[in-house]
Amino acid sequence: MNEFLHMGGYAAYVWPAYGIAAIVLLGLLVATWKGLRDAEATLKALESARPARRRTRNAGRKTAEQSAGTPAEASEG
Amino acid sequence: MHRFANPARFLRLSAVLLPWCAGATVILTILGLWFSLFSSPPDYQQGETVRIMYIHVPAAWMSLFVYTNMAIAAACGLVWKHPLADLFAKAAAPIGAGFTFVCLVTGSLWGAPMWGTWWVWDARLTSVLILFFLYLGYMALVNAFDDPQRGTKAGNVLLLVGIVNVPIIKFSVDWWNTLHQPASVVRMGGPSIDPSMLTPLLVMAGAFTAYFLSVVLLRVRTEIAQRKIQTLRLSVAGDGTVHDGMRG
Amino acid sequence: MTRKKRRLYMLGLALLGLGSATALALTAFQDNIVFFYSPSQLQTQQVGDRNFRLGGLVEEGSVQKQPDGVTTAFRVTDTAHTVDVRYRGQLPDLFREGQGVVAEGRMTGGVFVAREVLAKHDENYMPPEVSEALKQAGVYKNPAESATKTAKKE
Repeated sequence: MNEFLHMGGYAAYVWPAYGIAAIVLLGLLVATWKGLRDAEATLKALESARPARRRTRNAGRKTAEQSAGTPAEASEG
Repeated sequence: MHRFANPARFLRLSAVLLPWCAGATVILTILGLWFSLFSSPPDYQQGETVRIMYIHVPAAWMSLFVYTNMAIAAACGLVWKHPLADLFAKAAAPIGAGFTFVCLVTGSLWGAPMWGTWWVWDARLTSVLILFFLYLGYMALVNAFDDPQRGTKAGNVLLLVGIVNVPIIKFSVDWWNTLHQPASVVRMGGPSIDPSMLTPLLVMAGAFTAYFLSVVLLRVRTEIAQRKIQTLRLSVAGDGTVHDGMRG
Repeated sequence: MTRKKRRLYMLGLALLGLGSATALALTAFQDNIVFFYSPSQLQTQQVGDRNFRLGGLVEEGSVQKQPDGVTTAFRVTDTAHTVDVRYRGQLPDLFREGQGVVAEGRMTGGVFVAREVLAKHDENYMPPEVSEALKQAGVYKNPAESATKTAKKE
């Protein structure tokens, strides 16, 4: 086992190479996954806000602004 | 081709493909790591450092493969105004940049003990660095415009201009004297690499390809969702709340 | 339909123009893209008293450690011509006789005095047992062969 970790004296080069590949690829996967979840949540919020907005459309601009503003702010984080 | 231009159809197709790609990624990665770390011999000249090759070379292949696909998508986007092609190029760029980065760093880690240097400005290394900057430049350019359509168009033009770099990278080691060695696998007269070392290389390349497909499917889905969000925001803006649409 | 075709032709023309411009530029810069000169190229190329890189194979049996312990003398060959090299300092792990090398430095009185020595490996990868078996069978391909090819290309 020790001999395996030692990599014939090149442990300082072999293991960082595998480590960096793992960090980059896993990091990209996690970022992608989070991005998809956030986008789908925002989309859902916007779509559910849409019928409400239609109803408030004639009730006045103030309400429309508020209902549209909330999901937009949620996605900015 | 326009059969796949429909986002709804793409979403259904990706839902079918994604589990297979993800499964293939997991299985091939485990198999590839087993081959490259345990079940392959050291090199007769380079000893154990040859194991860096099983990350370095597949990452290099992917950096070229992803770029070529993005350039083809850019051509489809410019000529046929294919909306999914634009989304694909945008979704694939960070993955390609990631592979190029891995290729450069692992190459450096391999060069330090074997060549005696972390970096040299020879034709191969320099052209791969340019590829990395092309990826970054594309990503910056696409997001640089207020109007996403103009950003995509400018990005597509950059991708097509940059395609000349792909054959330069591939053949740099044959055309000029470089410190980097010539090709071992894709070359005239067959691979000059022992089968016991070719196996881990090809399995890892398969794992990286499956990884790319899985992540790019997820990212295209994200892009489609974001496009829809934008449309919804714009229609909201059309109803009177202009500042909201501008912010999105 | 015609607009699509026009876009396609414009794209094709643009790529063609771009490709030929690149090809011309690369041909023009040919000498500057060369990372190193081979001993044969040195015979025809006028390098003068400036820094340049010399590449080739370390000639078998030519490596000598100097008495001071840090200087190494060896000959770089491309099998057609050879150049004497002197270098003070640490050599890379892959530096060995019969293997590729790229040295940076300048010619001083017929000897190439190197400031830096880099090892260049070839495209062959195999386990030690295989290279032993190949040597015994007499089909082992000496790295010198690929260097000869490089020299002939010029």
